[in-house]
Amino acid sequence: MSIDIDTLRLTAEQVNDLLERREVSSQEIFDAYRAAIEARDGELHCFLRLTDGEGEGIPIALKDVIGTKGVETTAGSKILAGYVPVYDSTVAGRCKGRGLRLLGKTNTDEFAMGSSTENSAYGPSRNPWDPTRVPGGSGGGSAAAVSAGLAPWALGSDTGGSIKQPSALCGNVGLRPTYGTVSRYGIVAFASSLDQVGPVAKTVRDCAFLYSVISGRDPADSTTVDVPAVEVPAPGTADLKGLRIGLPVEMRDAPGIEPGVAEAIAKTIALAEELGAEVEECSLPRSVEYGLPCYYLIAPAEASSNLARYDGVRYGYRGAGDDLTEVYERTRNEGFGDEPKRRIMLGTYALSAGYYEAFYGKAQQVRTMIIREHAEVFERFDLIMSATSPTVAFPIGERADDPLAMYASDLLTIPSCVAGLPGLSIPCGLSEGLPVGLQLVGPQLSENLLFRAGHALEQAIGFDFVPERLR
Amino acid sequence: MEISRDQVLHVAKLARLALTDDEVERFRGQLSAILEAVGKVSKLDLEGVPPTSHPRDLVNVLAEDEPRPCLSREEALANAPDPEGGFFGVPPV
Repeated sequence: MSIDIDTLRLTAEQVNDLLERREVSSQEIFDAYRAAIEARDGELHCFLRLTDGEGEGIPIALKDVIGTKGVETTAGSKILAGYVPVYDSTVAGRCKGRGLRLLGKTNTDEFAMGSSTENSAYGPSRNPWDPTRVPGGSGGGSAAAVSAGLAPWALGSDTGGSIKQPSALCGNVGLRPTYGTVSRYGIVAFASSLDQVGPVAKTVRDCAFLYSVISGRDPADSTTVDVPAVEVPAPGTADLKGLRIGLPVEMRDAPGIEPGVAEAIAKTIALAEELGAEVEECSLPRSVEYGLPCYYLIAPAEASSNLARYDGVRYGYRGAGDDLTEVYERTRNEGFGDEPKRRIMLGTYALSAGYYEAFYGKAQQVRTMIIREHAEVFERFDLIMSATSPTVAFPIGERADDPLAMYASDLLTIPSCVAGLPGLSIPCGLSEGLPVGLQLVGPQLSENLLFRAGHALEQAIGFDFVPERLR
Repeated sequence: MEISRDQVLHVAKLARLALTDDEVERFRGQLSAILEAVGKVSKLDLEGVPPTSHPRDLVNVLAEDEPRPCLSREEALANAPDPEGGFFGVPPV
């Protein structure tokens, strides 16, 4: 018996049901996704490499910053070309432990630095809704793969928006979990006080389930904490009675918010009120004004330190040279692309003698200010709501030569990342035929509340996650 | 905030990046623009605000000092560009 497996429509939950009822074999499911990749990934370029995987469970794709034993892991960089980890990251191990079968490794901006995947040394990914546009980034490969039915779900990593923003631009549900809930052991490090791994899926329920698989304390990552039991929201409609939702006016009125994005968000806010939520304006003035500058000092400073390890000695690419210093300098200049070089230099500058206090030191104080401002808002509200990205997916090449324009893509995702807060992006409508993402942010460890609210809104919105051109 | 060619070269040296002449000029312009934008934090008066280096207040995370299996020499060297005689080979310092 053979049934038609429509990977564009199937959620991970439905795949699981098919497997449990033995209506299809795990191999048939795996082959169906491989066939979809065969058919569509030539155009979209979501995957950097495919694997045969092991296990009998639901297939999954992993962003290429996630270390996988025996499977090349490049973080989208030439400097790690040919690097094959000899151990699994904790999250890859947990996925395998649950039988999830690896389809392959997905494209990313080099070292997860970017908002479009155009910084990948292996070429950009494309948005399944419109292949002339970016899928967002840095985790554009994972988001585009889920959206195009090339994987039922995937893992990404998020430093300043690399899960939430591509999820928004591709019409997926993406969670950046609370800092410390998911282990980074075996993940290619970018900025360690910010990096988090999280799920990308088609539904909030899938997202919650995958979060339950990967989260929890890990002795191999001392920044991890005990995580409250994950509650996957019950199927069916739900209300938001009694939920206090704040709307940060600075996020609503920020320059660069497209009218179509603002309209989709406004409709969703009205829907939240119909579902019983108490919605009121609130204010995060300094978080919005100083979030980007704070982030673009702290993240590059940490990156300049983390990326010092790529020296051509222990792994990865080695440039030719007659002495050790020449090897270091050639390795790094030939191995890194422009964006890591820019950020390494920016971070080195911000940490250097004479500039440390004015730049890095000040950014650390601004970070305290942003944490405090959010804490005050959460005294009055359970959640805050805004657009995830100021714009829908933008054309490939539009921001490629203007780093500051690219950085502005993360205006709305960065403040909560800096504060270590969890954020969920769910699709809430279309603007110019492209998905708009709604961002829900809560206090630390409020994932269950985000799932409950996100699920209720998702049911009420009824967004069709299959890209129109592929229906 | 305009940074000079010498400053770019100094930072590149600290970061062990052998930039080409074209790169020095391109990054000089881009870094100047970025520093101009992010430099607005330096103008804030934040007297008395403590710095945050980590978004959760974890202190002294300790583990028992127990030996556990680790990578073998072969595994540790598996990705080395020059695994010379069981070591990481490098040219003269």
